[in-house]
Amino acid sequence: MAESFASSDSMNPSSNGGWNQFNEERITPIKKYALRNPSLIVGMALLFGMLFLVGIGHLIWDTEMFRPLSTPTRLPPTGEHPFGTDTQGRDLLAIAILGTPLTLRIGLIAGITAISLGTVAAFLSAYYRGVIDGAIRSVVDVGLAMPALLILILVRINVGRELSTDEMGIAIGLTSWVFPARTIRSQVLVMREQAYVELSRLSGTSGMGIIFKEMMPNLIPYITASLVASVAGAILASIGLEAIGLGNFSQPTLGMTIYWNIQFSSITLGMWWWWVPPLVAIVIVFVSLFLISSGLDEWSNPRLRKRV
Amino acid sequence: MTEQSEVAENSSLPKLTSLARSSIQILAGILGNFVVKRFLFFLFVVWIAATVIFIIPRLSGQDPVKEKLLLEAQRGGAMQTGLDEMAKTYQKRFGLDQPLWTQYVNYISDLARLNLGVSIAFFPRTVNDIVFESLMWTLGLMGTVTILAFVLGTLAGAFLGWPRRPGWLQYVFMPLLTLSAIPQYLLAMILIFIIAFKLGWLPLFGGYSPSTLPNLSWDFIVDVLRHAILPAFAIIFSAIGFWAIGMRGMMINTQGEDYMIQADAKGLKGSRIFMRYAVRNALLPQVTGLALVLGTIVTGQVLVERVFSYPGIGDILFQAIRLSDFFVIRGIVIVIILGIAGATFLLDVLYPLLDPRIKVRNT
Repeated sequence: MAESFASSDSMNPSSNGGWNQFNEERITPIKKYALRNPSLIVGMALLFGMLFLVGIGHLIWDTEMFRPLSTPTRLPPTGEHPFGTDTQGRDLLAIAILGTPLTLRIGLIAGITAISLGTVAAFLSAYYRGVIDGAIRSVVDVGLAMPALLILILVRINVGRELSTDEMGIAIGLTSWVFPARTIRSQVLVMREQAYVELSRLSGTSGMGIIFKEMMPNLIPYITASLVASVAGAILASIGLEAIGLGNFSQPTLGMTIYWNIQFSSITLGMWWWWVPPLVAIVIVFVSLFLISSGLDEWSNPRLRKRV
Repeated sequence: MTEQSEVAENSSLPKLTSLARSSIQILAGILGNFVVKRFLFFLFVVWIAATVIFIIPRLSGQDPVKEKLLLEAQRGGAMQTGLDEMAKTYQKRFGLDQPLWTQYVNYISDLARLNLGVSIAFFPRTVNDIVFESLMWTLGLMGTVTILAFVLGTLAGAFLGWPRRPGWLQYVFMPLLTLSAIPQYLLAMILIFIIAFKLGWLPLFGGYSPSTLPNLSWDFIVDVLRHAILPAFAIIFSAIGFWAIGMRGMMINTQGEDYMIQADAKGLKGSRIFMRYAVRNALLPQVTGLALVLGTIVTGQVLVERVFSYPGIGDILFQAIRLSDFFVIRGIVIVIILGIAGATFLLDVLYPLLDPRIKVRNT
């Protein structure tokens, strides 16, 4: 897809070479495309804007105050603690600065794990067919009927200790690859019958060669869109696990902050400064991922471009 | 299944001509075969899930009973000398001292009779008892709300993807679509704060007022409904957007199809083209989607219940995790998986009614 946008503009004669040529061939189409696809740009702006603020926070704020008992308890927002403090004496600005990237990190680890497993399974299943296809398909069909969150709860209960945030990300990834495997598989199945894949096969390219040289480049937009959706799903699952009391109690993730909020019923105590920041952060994360994924959808599925 | 339908056919045989009879038999055969196949798959899913649930604790090498007793001993400060002795008696009671194979067979045969075992924390109570009491609350509220959200969201999406819709619709529904990106339990927290805490219009938490006892009086029903409004809205708001987005995409895809142009050329009324041509075709992937996301819907609602302390499955699950009551947790997981697999089975069986092409494909 990306090539086609670039090539449509590269027809213009551009004599200067160097930066000007690069600008006209690569940057201008991207700018034009951005205007046509505002949701992708707004989503990215939201996400990176928030990460930028978090970065500044790291530089100017003492984030060690995320530990309990490091401040007086239950302070409403003041100059000294702009976001206030909670019942156990944590500074909530420090929590916001540390928790947001931590939660995104869990999502990213889980999303990458799930999409890698899912893509490999999808290609094995759809390209090689036969027994492998049958086996993977039945695993996927059964896996779809078992909610990942429940399996995670069982695993976590039986591990018997708190998982670190990275371990939790991997665990979520291991239980949530079946959905991407299924959707990517159907894409590969369609692509497999296309003329250019047929041609490549007839001209003697090996299976791996076809997968990596012919199919992968065309599936990148779709896989990227699935990755964003997977990250959002994984963050949802991690917050769910943490809210139900199975998170890592020493980490200041957004989900754990929600857990403490429910546990100490901050809403009925009127401590709005406790639950508003994590809630706003989570909403921004989900809305931006949602916008990015619908923007990517538009990129990978041109049929949606016919806006009604 | 096939046998039964054949018996039914035989009784009405004389009335039918041979042609009609054979075609009905073929149809029943296809349908029966299909239903049997789907039912076998349903059993297969449940069996695999049950086996996975059985294996996970054995892999970790933890002993749920001993774990629980240790926890109790630490909390109560009791002497730990008799602990091993106690664990043994408990293990005998829960059948955990037998060889693994016997345990597995016992477990599966118990499951086949829908016996989920006994709670560790509330010892004499059975898991069935605990789970089914809370299941009533969950099914009553969440079941209704899920179906409502599916219908409303699909309708909204159908109108949004229809070129001849009134223009203002876009501005009403588009913000609603963004709401679908927000997890249900966060929406629940916002609703609690604004409606229940600030305005005080509706109760803050629970399934009914703590001062009343469950009965069938008018007052109690009103009380239950008042408690159900906020959780219901939290789920509906975020679920409508999800269904609307999917439906809108499918409606847009139908626009260029030949049958739409033909329907237009025949001069059919707009409402007829909308319902019979566009919506009917766009609806099919929605139903498939319902089967696919059922799992996430259920677990999302578990968390909404937790936020509201609603006395359903979610709240019981949280309590069981807190008390590390392994058998109750296992029971809840099995019941939810049974529910999801059962609903998927029903959707699969009903699907041919929506899409007649499915029957042809199965011959």
